[in-house]
Amino acid sequence: MRSPYSETVLEHFRHPRNVGKIENADGKAIEGSPACGDMVSVYISVEPKTNTISAIKFESYGCASNIATGSIITELAKGKTLDEAKKITWQEASEALGGLPKIKAHCSVLAIEGLRSAIENYEERHGLVKERNPTTVEVVRKRLKKVMNPMAGLDLVRTNLVRGIEVEDGTVQVVVDLPPDHQFASAIKEEITEKIEPLWDVKEVAVVFME
Amino acid sequence: MLERRQVYLDNSATTRLDERVLDAMKPYFFDKYAVATSEFAYSQGIEAREVLDSAREALAAALGAAPGELIFTSGSTESSNTALKGAALALGNRKGKHIIVSKIEDFPVLHSARALEKQGFRVTYLDVDSDGFVNLDELRGSITDETILVSIQHANQEIGTIQDIASVGRICGEKGALFHTDATHTFTRVPLDVSRIPVDLITVSAHTIHGPKGIGGLYVRQGTRIAKWVDGGFQEFDLRAGLENIPGAVGFAKAVELVTPEETSRLQSMRDRIIDRILAEIPDTTLNGHRWKRLPQNANISFHFIEGESITLHLDMHGFAVSTGSACFSRSLEGSHVIFGIGGDHERAHGSIRFTFGRYNTMEDIDAVVQTLAEVVQELRSISPLGR
Repeated sequence: MRSPYSETVLEHFRHPRNVGKIENADGKAIEGSPACGDMVSVYISVEPKTNTISAIKFESYGCASNIATGSIITELAKGKTLDEAKKITWQEASEALGGLPKIKAHCSVLAIEGLRSAIENYEERHGLVKERNPTTVEVVRKRLKKVMNPMAGLDLVRTNLVRGIEVEDGTVQVVVDLPPDHQFASAIKEEITEKIEPLWDVKEVAVVFME
Repeated sequence: MLERRQVYLDNSATTRLDERVLDAMKPYFFDKYAVATSEFAYSQGIEAREVLDSAREALAAALGAAPGELIFTSGSTESSNTALKGAALALGNRKGKHIIVSKIEDFPVLHSARALEKQGFRVTYLDVDSDGFVNLDELRGSITDETILVSIQHANQEIGTIQDIASVGRICGEKGALFHTDATHTFTRVPLDVSRIPVDLITVSAHTIHGPKGIGGLYVRQGTRIAKWVDGGFQEFDLRAGLENIPGAVGFAKAVELVTPEETSRLQSMRDRIIDRILAEIPDTTLNGHRWKRLPQNANISFHFIEGESITLHLDMHGFAVSTGSACFSRSLEGSHVIFGIGGDHERAHGSIRFTFGRYNTMEDIDAVVQTLAEVVQELRSISPLGR
């Protein structure tokens, strides 16, 4: 059988590590993208004295790269401190898997986000977060760095697709340098909305494509 | 990896060439390689003309048409482009700029319609019901004096639903609009006789019936005005330029000859067995498309709580080739427009698997794939956060 995936990806896809739930997990998160449709849940147990991840499990509703990335991040995160685990990037996960097809960045980045969100969830529940800050252009830009440009396998900001961000009275407008009928336009729009909308003071997200 | 047996169940993507088709084509690559365009120059050209004409006659006869009503193209993509763009070029400035298509057409029709929209045409995209049928009253109400063409497929490429094209044709006839149907997946498998069904343009293709790739046909009813848009020489009744694909035409005719009603009913019993077994034996499954008014060679089922690319990859590891409507599978990262069209949500598109059968499949293949599927589905569900 030939495959666009590396041997390591296929190995993790066929035999995913650390699958399942942790009852009474210290931190948990579900990340889902309606644009691709994939979904990942991540559960962590934290050793409070050292702030290290003592146990981690995941579940995946997704394609091969989603399942394999979920599996590899559980291996990468186990035994790390929360701060170290938060810094695990998609590139590191991809390297550990022997590379992922660029077009699949989109589905596999979810597992990374799931891990970060599970850590944030732990921090929130244990009083480790600072107060809520108002949404600014910078906050939006930071979130857009989590939206993948499927053509490049890198995020929208880094690949210069974001041409403008405006924040006014709870409305966020993002201008994207793609024509409205581009093959990825609707998927990117959904993902941007999904990333920006949950911000506590955002009421509306407008994604504008350039002709 | 586990088993080396290969079972190809993606016969609507394309089919394996039948050896008898290749045998029929072979002489026209080596000894008789002239094209019909040369018929007035030398005798090999005359022979090429005769061979091309008899292939044309055979194909036309399969549709109940006259030989002069069938042009060869490079495949169904070109045929559907010619139907839509040819009608638009011929009638856009004469009659009007309105075209009607269904929302679940295959991309050659859908994207030709979109391209024409950019050129100033107005396109109505008709909704379909939960089985995939176009509403005939809605169709009737959508046709105006400006409507030049209605394009409704004979059967759907993904969910297999067969439209009532006889009624569609009657409505178009009453209202004076041309009617094109994409019969890529029905040709020779589902009866379509132009002396009974009022249709003006039909797209057909060889590669779905164990014929060669790169050859298709377009039926153009006598007197139908479409303009030429592939310019060059005067081939194909001056409707489509380009040197004649003689081996392709011969292969196409041979492929048509080899399809029998017995074979088609054998494919249908595979379809019925796979549908019945999966729905009965694997929980949380939904059939996509109508149970009976569907292509004899097509089954399409959604497996809930899991994703299609994962299913296809596991099946591939066991030697089974199928396709999925999942967003993760498509290069546009969009889920199947057909599953969305019949009112399905992302999850239904995401977990949809299409099985399409052909000459080289057996009932044992069907039982084997069902057994493997049951295991794969259970395994993937055990790691899914949904559905428990």
